[in-house]
Amino acid sequence: MISILIRRIVSLVVTLLVVSLMIFSVMNLLPGDPAAIMLGTSATPETLAALRAQMGLDEPIVVRYVAWLTGMAQGDLGQSYTYGVPVAGLIAERLVVTLPLALMAVVISVGIAVPLGVAAARRHNGLFDHIAGAISYASIAVPAFWVGLLLIIAFSTNLGWMPAGGFPGWDAGLLAGLQALLMPAIALALPQAGVLTRVARSAVLEVMNEDFVRTARAKGLSERLAVWRHALPNALVPVVTMIGLQFTFLIAGAVLVENVFNLPGLGRLAYQALSQRDIIVMQDVVLFFSALVIIINFLVDLAYLVIDPRLRVAT
Amino acid sequence: MAGIFRRPVLAIGLVITLSLVAVALLSLVWTPSLPSKMNIVQRLKPPLGPGGLLGTDQFGRDVMSMLMVGAWNSLSTSFLAVALGATVGSAIGVLVAMKRGWLELITMRGCDIIFAVPPILSAMMLGAFLGSGRFTAVIAIAVFMVPVFARLTLAAAKQIWARDYVMAAIGIGRSNGRITLVHILPNISNQIIVQVAIQLGLAILTEAGLSFLGLGMPPPAPTWGRMLADSQTFFAQAPWLAILPGLAIALAVLGLNMLGDGLRDVLDPRTRT
Repeated sequence: MISILIRRIVSLVVTLLVVSLMIFSVMNLLPGDPAAIMLGTSATPETLAALRAQMGLDEPIVVRYVAWLTGMAQGDLGQSYTYGVPVAGLIAERLVVTLPLALMAVVISVGIAVPLGVAAARRHNGLFDHIAGAISYASIAVPAFWVGLLLIIAFSTNLGWMPAGGFPGWDAGLLAGLQALLMPAIALALPQAGVLTRVARSAVLEVMNEDFVRTARAKGLSERLAVWRHALPNALVPVVTMIGLQFTFLIAGAVLVENVFNLPGLGRLAYQALSQRDIIVMQDVVLFFSALVIIINFLVDLAYLVIDPRLRVAT
Repeated sequence: MAGIFRRPVLAIGLVITLSLVAVALLSLVWTPSLPSKMNIVQRLKPPLGPGGLLGTDQFGRDVMSMLMVGAWNSLSTSFLAVALGATVGSAIGVLVAMKRGWLELITMRGCDIIFAVPPILSAMMLGAFLGSGRFTAVIAIAVFMVPVFARLTLAAAKQIWARDYVMAAIGIGRSNGRITLVHILPNISNQIIVQVAIQLGLAILTEAGLSFLGLGMPPPAPTWGRMLADSQTFFAQAPWLAILPGLAIALAVLGLNMLGDGLRDVLDPRTRT
């Protein structure tokens, strides 16, 4: 168990290092001098040179990469060119929007997918199964940001029930914050729910024929208990796997949905950094998102070991 | 082929996809009006009115014509991206299957790493130094497709390499390259074709997202994604501007997903249920 854990952690660290190297190389191939862009066309050569020196742009690229890494290890992600503040603070302040948004989306999609998948599996090949199947199949094809636009048209423009966008900040109260995130989270969750419903349904169907479910029924448990207590926990492994695999798409969806709803999250930060050519912010945010995807999948791997003891045997 | 109508998923997927391809091709020679032709008097006219079948946008441009050209832009960008990604990815997959060893390990880890960077973000990184446009979108989507196809072909090719007839080919002294061409590729091509259809759907979704963010083809070329982005100012007066392009995207993706799943049932019998 311990040796598996150590091996996984070593491979996690190596993966993160390679990703950081990849992102750094791409971002530093950018044409255009960040210092010149920041100062505008009216800058004198002297101020430009001073700023380049201050930002370390004259150092060799390897030195800059190592400095970036060692800074990161100490929690220093560098200074934003355009905002003039530490990037770590910028990310932290945007993360309190993006992270709750992603979490809400996962909770909503699981909340829709698991009951729907179980209900469809229990009525295997029945009318309900077919309808649920068709709806979940179709919802996979729908872009999350379009769902967001439709929600705004229906509930903000026409009914006026919900804010059309923006984020009041958590200082305005938990309820106001959650209300601002509700429609974006639903928009993100619906396509995910389609994928998860299909996975949950087929996973439940598969375990329903297992001996332990037959035993549960044979000892007189109600069908409901047999499914929810015995079949479902065993069907969760593929569902959890899929949540991990879909996380890349959830992040991509969040970048778009944040822009639809004008949410000051990480995705919007990346978009703004792109238009301002703020390379430091850009590479930090992309690395942050990629690290998030890698770490989530690492945790999913670990979750298997918890859910399924058979996998704890070292191979 | 005679049994195609006993496979409703494949039939519907094929009909939707072929219709969209037909519309996209038609847009090259004919549209109801020029998609870039502005007519301020007729601006924001609802569908089925004097503004044409599907209405007009904020500049009085014909929405139907824009959607048709948008179909061409979206399909051609996605097709180029998937073709590039599938070619490079499959080439890597079969080559690595030929050599195996540490090369395989590195390839698999490399795939994990590329897969960790969401395509929207790699497009934003690329967009920063290539500028926005079709080329950026194609490269960004293709980069994401490479690991998908590399993994798929590597796993599939490994299975074929273990077959008796490949052993026999090795025994009579055939070169690795020739075995790959004669035995490996023909036996894994079905799986690649199925995956191309499925990934095309994903590519259309990503392309729409990129155009929505302004990283796709630049104006005045109409794209479904930018039509959606532009619609945001006119929710109250012209909701159809936000509804129609989204429907087009969803329909295209749905058609390609159904085509992919339908093809899988026919071409990849091991997964047949």
